[in-house]
Amino acid sequence: MTSYGADLLVILPELIVVGAACLLLVLEPLTPPSRKELLAWLSLGALALCIGLTGGQISVLNLRVSAFSDLVVVDGYARFWKLLLYGVTGLTILMSLPYLKAERLQLGEYYGFILLALSGMMVMVSGADLLTIYLGTELMSLSLYVMAGLKRSSPRSLEASAKYFVLGAFSSGLLLYGISLLYGVAGGTKLGAVAAAIGSRGFDDPLLLIATILLAAGFGFKLAVVPFHMWTPDVYQGAPTSVTAFMAVASKAASFAAFLRVFVEGLGGLKADWSNLFLLLCLVTLILGNLVAIVQTNIKRMLAYSSIAHAGYALIGLVAAGRGMGESGGASGLASVMLYLALYAFMTLGAFAVIGMFRKGGLEGEDIEDFAGLAKRQPLAAFLMLVFMVSLAGIPPTAGFIGKFYVFMAAVEAGLAWLAVVALIFAAISAYYYMRVVMVMYMREPDPSAGEVPQLVASPALTVVLACAVAGVILFGLFPNPLVSLALQSVLPLK
Amino acid sequence: MEQLFFFYFAAVIAVASVLVVALRNPIYSALSLLIMFFHVAGLYVSLRAEFLAAVQVIVYAGAILVLYLFVVMLLNLKQDDRYHRQWPVAGVVGLTLAVEAVMLTLLKGRAIPPAPANTNETVEGLGNTEALGDALYSTYLFPFEVASLILLVAMIGAIILAKKDIGGSEA
Amino acid sequence: MGNTEVPVNYLPILLFIGIAIVFGAVSLLAGWLVRPSRPYRAKLNPYESGSPLFSDARVQFPMRYYIIAMLFVIFDIEVIFIIPWAVRFQSLGLLGLVEMLVFIAILLVGLWYAWKKGALEWD
Repeated sequence: MTSYGADLLVILPELIVVGAACLLLVLEPLTPPSRKELLAWLSLGALALCIGLTGGQISVLNLRVSAFSDLVVVDGYARFWKLLLYGVTGLTILMSLPYLKAERLQLGEYYGFILLALSGMMVMVSGADLLTIYLGTELMSLSLYVMAGLKRSSPRSLEASAKYFVLGAFSSGLLLYGISLLYGVAGGTKLGAVAAAIGSRGFDDPLLLIATILLAAGFGFKLAVVPFHMWTPDVYQGAPTSVTAFMAVASKAASFAAFLRVFVEGLGGLKADWSNLFLLLCLVTLILGNLVAIVQTNIKRMLAYSSIAHAGYALIGLVAAGRGMGESGGASGLASVMLYLALYAFMTLGAFAVIGMFRKGGLEGEDIEDFAGLAKRQPLAAFLMLVFMVSLAGIPPTAGFIGKFYVFMAAVEAGLAWLAVVALIFAAISAYYYMRVVMVMYMREPDPSAGEVPQLVASPALTVVLACAVAGVILFGLFPNPLVSLALQSVLPLK
Repeated sequence: MEQLFFFYFAAVIAVASVLVVALRNPIYSALSLLIMFFHVAGLYVSLRAEFLAAVQVIVYAGAILVLYLFVVMLLNLKQDDRYHRQWPVAGVVGLTLAVEAVMLTLLKGRAIPPAPANTNETVEGLGNTEALGDALYSTYLFPFEVASLILLVAMIGAIILAKKDIGGSEA
Repeated sequence: MGNTEVPVNYLPILLFIGIAIVFGAVSLLAGWLVRPSRPYRAKLNPYESGSPLFSDARVQFPMRYYIIAMLFVIFDIEVIFIIPWAVRFQSLGLLGLVEMLVFIAILLVGLWYAWKKGALEWD
């Protein structure tokens, strides 16, 4: 029997995260309610350790190591996503500190669930086997189902949890069914085995087609792509805001990472087929996400539809990768997806951080109307929200523009100029609903009869989060090159 | 002989599954589910997947069904006919799936040579459970440990969502 | 495919099931044939230690049962994982023991949590 010393070293970041989560859950019942924040610092410490570990490997970015009989692989692609996920998780934890206090949710378990969800995401990102990826997805989703329902005094939060759970379980079933069909075709669940079987088998096997569709549907749920988006608005609205931010950013990034790996590394041989399928999904997602967002009056719901629309933009990159003529065309498509999601993380986290701490009495000010006159009351808060909204709309010189620019460029390179034009039109439409928030903040006076006016409640942790988010949005908007080259270097090899 | 067993199990599974959704008393539904679980286990045995049959009996018939019954009693459902209005929709969807299944069966001539299954050789000589143990604790060690994390999340999640006096309003 | 006959080891189980069904059916049938049938109201009520009925048997279960059932399911699945390990314990050796200890340790974290939070207490 072999020993697993070297393998354990490969998954050291995962071990740290899981170890911290377990330690946290053991300590949780022993900490008095007033000291629960210590647990948050413990998890931040673990994250810092992980950032150091994975970040230290940046000089050997594309070194590909696999472990546990090739079920786990750490390559440049995995390292890129892991770094992103650590950052997002860290900011989410910081954001949660004041948010949980304001909501009177002193639950140490919350941080444990964040870490366990993170470990699930890390497994998804590094999984080189359909089973591993599936289990990672389940670990992430289960933690998120619980987190969505943590605000137990609110029926909406519980409803969000239940809805998310039922639909999520259904989508896991689809995913698993697709995986089992692929196993039937390939005789193995490793992505390499699947690719080899497809290569030798030809493409017109109906089983393969069904498996591909089932996998696309299963991942579609996790990515919130139309027509698998139904859960998104209700869950995003009902869940505690910090959890919503985590779902919108981290879970979407991890799902995209696993999704790209499965479809490029495993089903790459079918790219002519799936790129058509995703072209269709991408179009309906852009249309529905952007149009329905216009009529929303609740800002969390609006951002839910906006996150659906953003998944549509990111899909353009995958379609371009599938259609990519040569090797380079495909690589730039994939890199554009990675870049897009990384930049999307900053602006969305920032926007949700503002919303979470935008309090009216004891409650969250969730209506867009609550932002009326914010520019007069708190000019800095209004300006930050302005930056995030402008970036989400994709207007230069912000990060959102850079993300969209590279995605559209990839589409044009792949000969899909018309798709880029359509997406551009919808980006213009999306500017309408983002700018409406800005208009309400700057042009509108609060309704004098409304009583208490909502305020952004500042705190040191929130300041750090907002500073990071706004710095990311503006710096990467002005100097995108380091991130672009990082994404290009760590992209998956496209066959 | 094997065919005979297959058709017996398949027929009972199909009938019991229909009864699960068609019966009006939720307890009867749960009991026909139990019948279905046992016949699925029988099907597994006839496919020589003995470990899976044991899992089916221990986990599904033993634990999951208890959970179902508890939920039924928790909600104190006596009669529930709210869902019976969905028959037409269910019919349409079911018919579509049936047509699809038939089409796929007809397509079978063209496609799918049996998969390059490497499982049969290892099973020979060793029992089902032994082969599974070997694979699970060497090749698939990593997913196995991830599974334990999933169970951990499920356990703590169930406690935190179901128990009233955790966390909440103490500031 | 190897040999395709139905696993013969399961024949006794089949036999037992058959006997159980026949036994149940025969005793019910015999009773139905032999007994006189003169029902009245009190006879048709369920027997509850001789005292008259005072409520429906189907009462609403408290939530506590659910948590216990949930924990039972989880540990049941743990048992399922332990069986193949136990069967191959000899050949898996020390490494297998460590693997299983890690698995159980992770679940013990959950048990510790449940215990400390009072999920196992009845009140």
